[in-house]
Amino acid sequence: MKKISVEVNGKKVTKEIQDHTILSVFIRENLNLTGTHVGCDTSQCGACVVHVDGKSIKSCTALAADVDGSKITTIEGIAKNGNMHPMQEAFKKLHGLQCGFCTPGMVMSAIDLLQNNKKPSDTEIREWLEGNICRCTGYQNIVAAVKEAASKM
Amino acid sequence: MKTFNYHSAKDVKEASKLSSSNSAYLAGGMTTIPSIKLGLASYRDVIDIKGIKSLSGIKVSGKSVKIGATTKHVEVAKSKDVKKAIPSLSALAEGIGDPQVRNRGTIGGSIANNDPSADYPSACIALNAVIHTNSRKIEAEKFFKGMFETALKSGEIIEAIEFSIPQKSNYQKYPNPASRYAIVGVYVAKHKSAVNVAVTGAKSCVYNDKDLSKALSNNFSSSSVDAVRISSSEMNSDVHASAEYRANMVKVFAKKAVEAC
Amino acid sequence: MASLVGSRVERKEDKKLLTGRGKYTADVNFVNQTFAYFVRSPHARAQIKKVDITKAMKAPGVVSILTGADIANDKIGGLIAGWRIKSEDGSDMKVPAHPPLANDTVNYVGDHVAVVIAESLDEARNAAEIVKVDYKILKAVVDTKDAMSSDQIYKDIPKNLCFDWLLGDRTKVKEAFEKADKVIKIDLINNRLVPNAMEPRAANADYNPSTEEITLYTTSQNPHLARIIISAFNGVAPENKLRVIAPDVGGGFGSKIYPYAEEVVCSWAAKKIERPVKWVADRTESFLSDCHGRDHVTHAELAVKNDGTFLGFKNETIANLGAYASVFGTVTPTYLFGPCATGVYKMPAAYTNVKAVFTNTAPVDAYRGAGRPEATYTIETLVEKAARELGMDPAEIRMKNFPTQFPYQQTLVHSVDSGDYVAGLNKAMELADYKGFEKRKRESASKGKLRGIGLCSYFEACGIAPSPVVMMLGCGIGLWESAEVRFNPTGNVTVFTGSHSHGQGHDTTFAQIAADQLGVPIENIEISHGDTDKGPFGYGTYGSRSLTVGGTAIVKACDKIIAKGKRVAAKMLEASVDDVEFSNGEFVVAKSNKKKTIGEIAFACYLPGTYGEVKSPLPEGEEPGLKETSFFDPANFSFPAGSHICEVEVDPDTGETKVVKYTAIDDFGTIINPLVVEGQVHGGLAQGIGQALYENCHYDETGQLVTASYMDYTMPRADNFPDFNLGFTCTPATSNPLGTKGCGEAGAIAAPPAVMNAVMNAIGTEISMPATAEKVWKAYNQNKKRNSEAA
Repeated sequence: MKKISVEVNGKKVTKEIQDHTILSVFIRENLNLTGTHVGCDTSQCGACVVHVDGKSIKSCTALAADVDGSKITTIEGIAKNGNMHPMQEAFKKLHGLQCGFCTPGMVMSAIDLLQNNKKPSDTEIREWLEGNICRCTGYQNIVAAVKEAASKM
Repeated sequence: MKTFNYHSAKDVKEASKLSSSNSAYLAGGMTTIPSIKLGLASYRDVIDIKGIKSLSGIKVSGKSVKIGATTKHVEVAKSKDVKKAIPSLSALAEGIGDPQVRNRGTIGGSIANNDPSADYPSACIALNAVIHTNSRKIEAEKFFKGMFETALKSGEIIEAIEFSIPQKSNYQKYPNPASRYAIVGVYVAKHKSAVNVAVTGAKSCVYNDKDLSKALSNNFSSSSVDAVRISSSEMNSDVHASAEYRANMVKVFAKKAVEAC
Repeated sequence: MASLVGSRVERKEDKKLLTGRGKYTADVNFVNQTFAYFVRSPHARAQIKKVDITKAMKAPGVVSILTGADIANDKIGGLIAGWRIKSEDGSDMKVPAHPPLANDTVNYVGDHVAVVIAESLDEARNAAEIVKVDYKILKAVVDTKDAMSSDQIYKDIPKNLCFDWLLGDRTKVKEAFEKADKVIKIDLINNRLVPNAMEPRAANADYNPSTEEITLYTTSQNPHLARIIISAFNGVAPENKLRVIAPDVGGGFGSKIYPYAEEVVCSWAAKKIERPVKWVADRTESFLSDCHGRDHVTHAELAVKNDGTFLGFKNETIANLGAYASVFGTVTPTYLFGPCATGVYKMPAAYTNVKAVFTNTAPVDAYRGAGRPEATYTIETLVEKAARELGMDPAEIRMKNFPTQFPYQQTLVHSVDSGDYVAGLNKAMELADYKGFEKRKRESASKGKLRGIGLCSYFEACGIAPSPVVMMLGCGIGLWESAEVRFNPTGNVTVFTGSHSHGQGHDTTFAQIAADQLGVPIENIEISHGDTDKGPFGYGTYGSRSLTVGGTAIVKACDKIIAKGKRVAAKMLEASVDDVEFSNGEFVVAKSNKKKTIGEIAFACYLPGTYGEVKSPLPEGEEPGLKETSFFDPANFSFPAGSHICEVEVDPDTGETKVVKYTAIDDFGTIINPLVVEGQVHGGLAQGIGQALYENCHYDETGQLVTASYMDYTMPRADNFPDFNLGFTCTPATSNPLGTKGCGEAGAIAAPPAVMNAVMNAIGTEISMPATAEKVWKAYNQNKKRNSEAA
């Protein structure tokens, strides 16, 4: 067992965990933040993307123990004062989601894109989202939503 | 998932001391963690070396680019120094996996794992890299021994990888449409003395294609590639690509790389 | 109030899904919950000699281990085939028993052998590893084409043949072919696919010993069907003691229509151990045990006149059912396939013969489009080939054979109520700049790329119902749909639907319909679905049926509400019922200013007495309350149609092929919400293009699934697609009052042939799906070699 202290969505949390606890499991089961989803076993689908110290990572491929001391942001933590993040607003406006399962990872990944590239082209968006698989939307409205968010942020 | 004890090492010495025949070093974890999750590997101890400051960072001198083992792909991709010294190396890093993998995966982890379709091993071969470990220096040609097999001894830690700066170079790959790993990746580097053509994805281990290297050393032009016969006999064959196709792609991508140099 | 039908209303369900507040089955946890892990067969075909659980039972955390013997002891019934198909000779189809946990044989890799239930998932998985199963490995039957001549899997099923089905008239076809100037022949494989909803399947069953009721949370497109099957066929609990909840569901695409072994086992086990049992598939389990799609081997022929007129068509198909006959497994390659096999054309004579075979692979069932993509791929590549062989333009040959009078009695089964196929193709050609293709081809050539163009005109039969028809065709259930519209006393509304939304946006589109019908603001309407304890029985969501059948049930229930509202308003306004008109949420007495809002009427209905000055509003004999239910069974299927045009670019050096331009014109009848409909088309296209260029489910000759993860099964990603150009034509359906036809499957139906015709146009030779880089490279080079040898 190991004690870790992290800041999750702005709140400090200290928890006792088993050494081998995967970050996505920690987030979903220890913190009960079930917005972070798990869609595959091979770090491919991206449904589990969260931010650790501001950068997007796949939480299914990190140990909770090794983010000890970090700041974690999940999909539950990006709305401010009840207002959705511009990326969330854009996904809603342009129908960038259908079943919603890949959406949290998609949104977290897309926000990281705009941190790296304020005005990405369609091609740059599509390439950045390589690590996020969506089966419903055909990606078109996701790309449009990311562009819309870029214009608002 | 099988249990293990997690340790975060402060320095190389501590990491080395913690290691045993039943332990693994953890850098980015891009391979180690999925392997443990899928039950393909299990360890008593997992020793995290990400916190060791001396293992991270990029140093560029007149002749070489030295990259610390736990330097992340994103850092190599974005490094202005690397872009200036060996632009193909930062481009290679920019093309590994996806943004989340690049935010987490490390160069040391990639070469220690020596996946037959990983990108970095080809850079090591093409750029005459020297692998610095906590006990010695190993030339890239002697480092990659076979599929998932390297010259590293039990407990040995990669500290840095030092690449020679070539006159010009380029890396081209055809990614597996499913995994996005290289089905074939060809790294062409023209050094003062000779040209290296390193190939990943095609065989069980990265290799220097001596015929292509020789032909391009004699005449650095894509037409030189045409004259070289690439044998498919030792090439991988799987649901994604036959040996024959891979052999052809080595040629196609070698030409593309030469033309892009 | 402006009509909401036809507006791009943003989805009501999005906020929760975007903020991480969606609740999927894996997010559901119960106090005292246990975790299930299934022991699965590592062999494609084997006899189980012995299952030894002794050691595993002693492993840490293990609560229980259940096997096929326990299933048999408890008389838990097997999984069912929902449609009974008869062979051409009149005999019934032959299906093997399919126990939820295998008893004596396993028949595909991933088949369920035992379940380990433990205090934690890790403990369940670790114990599962030490359940010792002694197998006698048998030779597996894997290949679709060779299945009939391979080892016999089941004792009572010779040639591994489930049925040998015929639709159509062989004699008429023979006569038609005798009159032909030319016969075009084609041999095709419709590649096997894995549906891959992003949410892996999951179940969490809770047993309440006090009420003796099981509550099953599950990833289902169809909770009512899950309940009736688990109750009536598996015998786990009576229907009134089984509540099935499908909360937010992360995509289905057909693979979550029916219950699987895991739901049955979790429900049964929860009751047995009197503790909740939770199971969540990992992705590998999903690959192994979700039902797969497609997997046909087809030979088809088209008889034509030299001027391009079609005379007759025959289709001989072998369809792989996998190891067992799944719920929709037998209807998918028959009635969902055969009637559409002649495509969108006038075809004087036709038949479709399907031999459905068992193999040692995962069961095959409906996957987006279900039968219609296979049918459309066959006819549309055949038509394109006919155009090539006759030297005609592919658009011209299609135009020539389109029916132009509607209703049109299609050759094999359907009477198509409405359509305008000529208008659709013309619009597609215009939007795609069909005329400008040669110029674009030259531009591609200047970059060293080969450019090709491909067409597909399709029609499909969806809006799956009507019950009398589907039951006559062998369906074991009716396929109507239900709705209950419940006014709450304060005037807001809850609409219960028997269909289920798992991405389609019913919370919004159905609310748009109800808002328009009732004149109630959309914010005040809640759509409720997915809980068998809440709404009336229904048949769920698949076959593009939810709107045409389920949406219409809502309209019908609203009609009843309005009818009652008129009676109540008449009493309250002291007018005759016939003089009360309803529009925009108000009951108005004709030629007067007397009116009541529907909210006032609802309130009045719930206060049926005299209270102070307020007089009882209800007419004599009228029941209090305002709630109406409707069960709608349409008179016909609905028939969306359209024309798609695809352009690809091929790199001749590598064979890498990319869709660079895609135009889709679809006729879905009335469109409720264009935003949602466009999204449905995009998604369908991505899956169709995925089938054509990327996806392939591959078993090796021993029956091991080689493509069992995203490392090996190519899931299309964002960088695989261009932006799609969409357009619509509209001929409203006449079989439902909304005029809607269904839009969920069109993209997956039309895209594969459009893409493949474009690839073949680019490289000048035939090629099978998926057109992977290597296959394209080989086909192109072999063709080049053949041509240079010929010259």
